[in-house]
Amino acid sequence: MTSSPTALALRRFRGRPAAVLGFIVITLFIVIAVAAPLIAPFDPVATSWTAIRKAPSMQHWMGTDENGRDVLSRVVFGARASLLAGVVSVLIAAGVGVPVGLLAGFAGGRVDMVIGRVVDAMLACPFLILAIALAAFLGPALTNAMVAIGVTAAPVFARVARSATMDTMTHDYVEAARAVGNPPWRVALRHVAPNIIPPVLVQATLAIALAIIAEASLSFLGLGQQPPAPSWGSMLNSAQRFLTQAPWLAVFPGAAIFLAVLAFNLVGDGLRDALDPRRR
Amino acid sequence: MMRRSILAALCLATMLTGAARAQTLRVALREDPDILDPTLARTYVGRIAFAGLCDKLFDINETLEIVPQLALSYEWTDPTNLVIKLRPGVVFHDGEALNAAAVKYSLERHLTMQGSFRRSEINVMDRVEVVDPLTVRIVLKTASSPFVSQLTDRAGMIVSPKAAEAAGKDFGLKPVCAGPFRFVERVPQDRIVLEKFPQYWDAGSIKLDRVVYLPIPDSSIRLANLQAGSIELSEQILPTDADAVRSNPRLRLVTSDNLGYWGITINLANGPRAKTPLGSDARVRQAFELSLDRATINQVVYNGLYTPMAQGLSPSSPYYNKSIQPRERDVARAKALLKEAGATLPVPVALTVPNNPDQRQTGEIIQAMAAEAGFDVRITASEYASALSAATRGEFEAFSTGWSGRVDPDGNLFSFMHGGGALNDSHYADPKVDALLDQTRTVQDVAGRRALYAQVVEQLSKDLPIIYLHNPKNVVGLSARVTGFRPVPDGMIRLQGISLAK
Amino acid sequence: MRSHLGGRLLQVLPTILLVSILVFGLQQLMPGDPAVVLAGEERGDPAVLAQIRSELWLDRSLPVQYFHWIGNVLRGDLGFSWRIRQPVASLVLTKLPVTLQLAAMAFLIALCIGVPAGILSAVKRNTAWDYVANLIGLAGLSTPNFWLGIMLILLVSVKLGWLPPSGYVPLAEDWRQSLATTIMPAFVLGNAIAAILMRHTRSAMLTTLDQDFVRTARAKGLNEWVVVLRHAFRNALVPVVTLGALELGTLLSGAVLTEQVFSIPGFGKLVVDAVFNRDYPVVQGVVLVTACLYILLNLLADVLYVVINPRLRDA
Repeated sequence: MTSSPTALALRRFRGRPAAVLGFIVITLFIVIAVAAPLIAPFDPVATSWTAIRKAPSMQHWMGTDENGRDVLSRVVFGARASLLAGVVSVLIAAGVGVPVGLLAGFAGGRVDMVIGRVVDAMLACPFLILAIALAAFLGPALTNAMVAIGVTAAPVFARVARSATMDTMTHDYVEAARAVGNPPWRVALRHVAPNIIPPVLVQATLAIALAIIAEASLSFLGLGQQPPAPSWGSMLNSAQRFLTQAPWLAVFPGAAIFLAVLAFNLVGDGLRDALDPRRR
Repeated sequence: MMRRSILAALCLATMLTGAARAQTLRVALREDPDILDPTLARTYVGRIAFAGLCDKLFDINETLEIVPQLALSYEWTDPTNLVIKLRPGVVFHDGEALNAAAVKYSLERHLTMQGSFRRSEINVMDRVEVVDPLTVRIVLKTASSPFVSQLTDRAGMIVSPKAAEAAGKDFGLKPVCAGPFRFVERVPQDRIVLEKFPQYWDAGSIKLDRVVYLPIPDSSIRLANLQAGSIELSEQILPTDADAVRSNPRLRLVTSDNLGYWGITINLANGPRAKTPLGSDARVRQAFELSLDRATINQVVYNGLYTPMAQGLSPSSPYYNKSIQPRERDVARAKALLKEAGATLPVPVALTVPNNPDQRQTGEIIQAMAAEAGFDVRITASEYASALSAATRGEFEAFSTGWSGRVDPDGNLFSFMHGGGALNDSHYADPKVDALLDQTRTVQDVAGRRALYAQVVEQLSKDLPIIYLHNPKNVVGLSARVTGFRPVPDGMIRLQGISLAK
Repeated sequence: MRSHLGGRLLQVLPTILLVSILVFGLQQLMPGDPAVVLAGEERGDPAVLAQIRSELWLDRSLPVQYFHWIGNVLRGDLGFSWRIRQPVASLVLTKLPVTLQLAAMAFLIALCIGVPAGILSAVKRNTAWDYVANLIGLAGLSTPNFWLGIMLILLVSVKLGWLPPSGYVPLAEDWRQSLATTIMPAFVLGNAIAAILMRHTRSAMLTTLDQDFVRTARAKGLNEWVVVLRHAFRNALVPVVTLGALELGTLLSGAVLTEQVFSIPGFGKLVVDAVFNRDYPVVQGVVLVTACLYILLNLLADVLYVVINPRLRDA
């Protein structure tokens, strides 16, 4: 039991303090996002014209923004948008990319050729340009930004899934399963798919980090979360005007993005080391 | 190798000494201008570059009076006949003489060239006649009192016929005009470089050797450049950055009234999305207006620097209607009006705002204020291109938008409020207002026109196709080394008289 | 090897064709009628709109527009910018050196930070060195570029006054000024890539350090650093070089927001502005050129991989 691959990976993961730390930070952010109404000291959209751009104080730990709203509360609620954007867009990306990659790797030949070209073409187009164009097409909204990021990030998943599939296909037991006469879809789902989970999982964790930054970038350009709801990217967007006068407006959401992305990267790294069978 | 390095050193030395003497003014623009052809151009920042490049028949001064530039004088011989005397001895940057034939050529080019954006400004023009080498007669189809004011802007810019003929549609890549500076080079999105034109007719007023226009879209970066001394002038400083400029001893802040306005255009009859409580009942619009506190918006977003107003004419205009002042915020009265109109609460309002930080903030404030009176405002921040198309097609309910403004009141009201106006996105059409606006074009004297505009403005403040919010200011940031800068409400940077102290 | 390359070359053409269709199709989907944007204050006049549409072929069917465009492209004509009427090809030619310079500098910075850090953390594996290098690398990867850029401008230009906050001076004009204006954006771009390079160097080094010939070298009593640099690093170079070519490709397009923040008139700024202005020929031209460069760099990476890796060369 202790030597099952999962348990082994878990043990390796636990052996990396940085990865565990990342995991704890992510958990913390998730708790904050879920329990935002309980944690936030103020209503994140409640304005106060008499208290605009007040520096951090005992009452407002992170100060107030350009409309007199509590920055701490907005950072707390912003965690929802950013985490959601990260997770949902990666789910979309993996949901589209993995089956396609599996198909390409498994079917090979002409199917692989065609999928390969499409993936190449999408990867050759600048990521952010594609996302901007898609987000502009769908209209500015958080959900649309997620779709745009998800679709744009899908080719990477297709590529990862394809190469993992091709790796797995060379293994004896897959060949054996085929030789026995199992139908291809069964071989693909039963024997190949489970083996591509580890690299996809690693890719997904790292992609969430990228997606959070992408959402911030789109919101920074005004194509993400719509006012007055907060997201870290849109907070940075409006903070940009007040950098010298009210730096706290930019510091806290910026730090939040940094921490969240760093945590996902740490976990992704840890997972990669833990799941990679070639690594000792 | 050796020789080359000596040569390089020499070059560097001449460049350095040259740089010490040469006066180069670096001007930051809020965006990259479009094509530098006065006939085809349409951006506000493009006009700033033209102020160095292309002189106009007439100019305006600080008090919005029309003053001579390439022309010496004008006279209406009858309501449709305008005789313009030209300044003698003016040459274009290519050495060609600026005469009546060149004026005729340019005006006709503005009127007839494919893709011209000047056409609608001067389409009342029937023909141009050369009376003598320094006199032109412009014959209009109908009387038009705003016509001369059009000649104070791009429609009045005279281009070299020879260069324009040779370059055709590509004239804007290397414009040849008769302004104080001539075109050197343009690197799109990076800079536009002009150099002093020694044969300029008013060469004595030009102290600078070079002008470089640098598009820097980010306001904080513009400010940083000004603070770091890598530009001498920023044509736009955010009001919230004003204090940073004021408190810096090496910088100077110059504010002046602006010709334009900012407001909320409401869809009254442009397609199915006009069928909202806001679009169909003036009382609901009045309630919406009463729920807003313009002074607070001005204070919170614009640092109290702008001027709250409730009409489309600038306070700097002689036609500004002083009796129409912003109403005090009155939530109780707003609620009563909504009740009177029989609206079911909350009244939904979809507000489209331009996708930039201060407009989004204004949207958020409007949202919070209107909510107290019973409006449920949903904001969509839309980038410029999408918003513009949507506004034209009527795919909006309320659209927060502004106008850079024109010298003549006609330019601020006619196309927006006349039933057939090209920019009337709200599709407001009131026979009385239409008649009044038509009439303003036929009356020449200021007092007579003022009386007509007073009626227009008053009617509009009841019908509210646009809820005007404020008159923005031109807020210019300067290095303290810059002397002789003269702010004019049109926001253009006139280079005459500007010099740099060491 | 030759047949391998031939095969890759054959794959390139359909990819580029797909890119062109993708770009063309995507911008057709975008909201915002370019004719209305171009018409500006005349947008209320249907005659003006119709005139603009017919002049720019916007009133033709999509396939007709596409074939018209791609036909011109094949003849070397990328069209002209609708906004400023300059030929797209000349725009590309003026912007490409800017972005290339930025990319090269960023890559150099990334190399200088990433590779030594990667070697260090592999050699000093699981020590404090390793963790610190890793954490710094990851931190670089985790900072949004635009945010880092803004912070740098604030600190270095506004507070300290050391470097110009934005703008760009061409190398040929004044190399010192040129470096001064590009060093901050290059650092912003480079630090993220440094992290990626570091990780790959580290894992490649770890693999080679475990291999027999390195063990032999060690057993022979050679100095540890000689072993590391001469034996292990040479072999670890393979993935680093491959990756380098790939990252250079992403740099070409990854500079979008950084160029925006620093007002660098490169490819990224050109294309973002063009998207927002609906200047379709520019968007199409720039993305097509970027994609071709990216694909070429990929190809180059493949070739390098074969050239550097002796085992593949012999096969």
